Amino acid sequence: MKAKSWKPWALLAPSLTSVLLLLVIPVCFVIVYSFWLRAPTGADIPAFQFGNYAKFFEDFFYSSILLRTFRVCFETVALCLVMGYIPAYFFFRTESKHKSIMLLLIMLPFWISFIIRTLSWINILGDTGLFNFLLMKFGIIIDPLAMLYNEGSVLMGLIQFLLPFMILNIYVSLDGIDRSLLEAARSLGCTEWQAFKEVTLPLSLPGVSAGCLLVFVLTAGTYLPPMILGGPGNELIANLIFKRVIGTLDWPFGSAISVILLSLLMVIIFTYNRYLGINQIFKSFNKG
Amino acid sequence: MKMITGWSLIRLYTILIYIFMFMPIVAVIILSFNPQQFGSFPMEGFSFRWYVKLAQNQTILGAFKNSLILGSLTSICVTAIGIPAAMAFVRYDFPGKNTLNTLLLTPIMIPEVVLGVALLLFIRWLQQPKSFLLLLIGHVVLTLPYVLLVVQARLVGIKRVYEEAALTLGANPFQVFREIVLPLLAPAILAGMLFSFTISFDDVTATLFWATAQNQTVPVKIFGMLRNSISPEINALGTVMIILTVSTPLLAGYISRRFAQAS
Repeated sequence: MKAKSWKPWALLAPSLTSVLLLLVIPVCFVIVYSFWLRAPTGADIPAFQFGNYAKFFEDFFYSSILLRTFRVCFETVALCLVMGYIPAYFFFRTESKHKSIMLLLIMLPFWISFIIRTLSWINILGDTGLFNFLLMKFGIIIDPLAMLYNEGSVLMGLIQFLLPFMILNIYVSLDGIDRSLLEAARSLGCTEWQAFKEVTLPLSLPGVSAGCLLVFVLTAGTYLPPMILGGPGNELIANLIFKRVIGTLDWPFGSAISVILLSLLMVIIFTYNRYLGINQIFKSFNKG
Repeated sequence: MKMITGWSLIRLYTILIYIFMFMPIVAVIILSFNPQQFGSFPMEGFSFRWYVKLAQNQTILGAFKNSLILGSLTSICVTAIGIPAAMAFVRYDFPGKNTLNTLLLTPIMIPEVVLGVALLLFIRWLQQPKSFLLLLIGHVVLTLPYVLLVVQARLVGIKRVYEEAALTLGANPFQVFREIVLPLLAPAILAGMLFSFTISFDDVTATLFWATAQNQTVPVKIFGMLRNSISPEINALGTVMIILTVSTPLLAGYISRRFAQAS
């Protein structure tokens, strides 16, 4: 096989070239640009200074958006975990004939347009949406409640987008558990709850942590839900980047914010990979 | 008895999660048939009015065409470069294999906003205008990791013994590729193309950076329409998109199963 050692490289060449040329080099450009200056005329001046970074961390307006992004990330992860573990456990334990159809249904939203799924919440939470309609019909409220365009509605959109990722990650991990371990625990006198607490739960933690990381990372870069379901005070970091780059054409500052976002995510991902291994996450995609 | 109540609670909880996931989507479909100007609850009548209006909307039809062309070209290009790479990872051992595999998969973890800024900045530095080509290469980068994941998983199942058997029986390498490898590879190719088509067809965030007024895709168009307000026309368009994107994989799954049974 030694003689053919060039072969894998030939097969890899197109992919590696594309990723290098269209991803790695452009990201390097973003890093270089983040040190540049912006002239009052709007022109970009090559420089090496940390003014863009200083501006971000000194002006509370910008840094508060970063803090808010982290808060929303933690909220989304917590809610997805609470909402996702029990359905994953259900899929693990159910003996229903329709299990594969139920799993398919949970994955179905992956195939439905993200923007449609996001805007669909307007029909539910809006002033004339389903919730207000029902509440008014049954006389519980007289005027419609403002349920849309706040952090809560942004979270609804985010959870609906990310919950299947969490459920699948946990399910993949649960499904890998050797069921004879559970039988052993039961026959040795464990109650159902003890068997869950001592055997199932610890063994499902790799899936839980993989799901949490994935949800966190995807939330941190989210642009659409705050745009469609959020109000002026619910902007996240991705919205700020878009506004700076496309809105005000402030490339150096927009690049600096991108670098801040990217490096924070990389720190989280590398730390995770160091202690827990990243491959668990990619595993769940194959189920999907 | 305690066990039964515990389990039924778990089941009830799961049903509630399903309702949470599907209630908004079902509402889109129902409201798209509401004839009223401000399509909201309660439903007053049933009509195809918004679908008729949609079919006459030239900009949306144009966006549909753009999306279809972009999605098809993306899926062809990305499968063409992704399948060989997946084969390299599954079939060969070489130094740095795991690192390279991780490198090719990392774009999943990079926020789309950053990808959008990066590629646009690069194009600007090259002094190229935004164009359809930018959208195409952008979508190829965006979908490549997903194609690699899906295709690698399928390739693992293809055993090399079939090819070796064919070679032993006197087939030449071209015949082996045409008669053995390609048919076995077909489901992987189909899965990769379908997956990349859907991701490309669906993408908003990065596409907003790269699209111009001339080559808007359907999601970008919807995003623009939302700035005014949500209209029943958007619900109708949403319903069309839901039916299209959900039926495609189901149909493909059905076809490939039929093929598998036939052969």
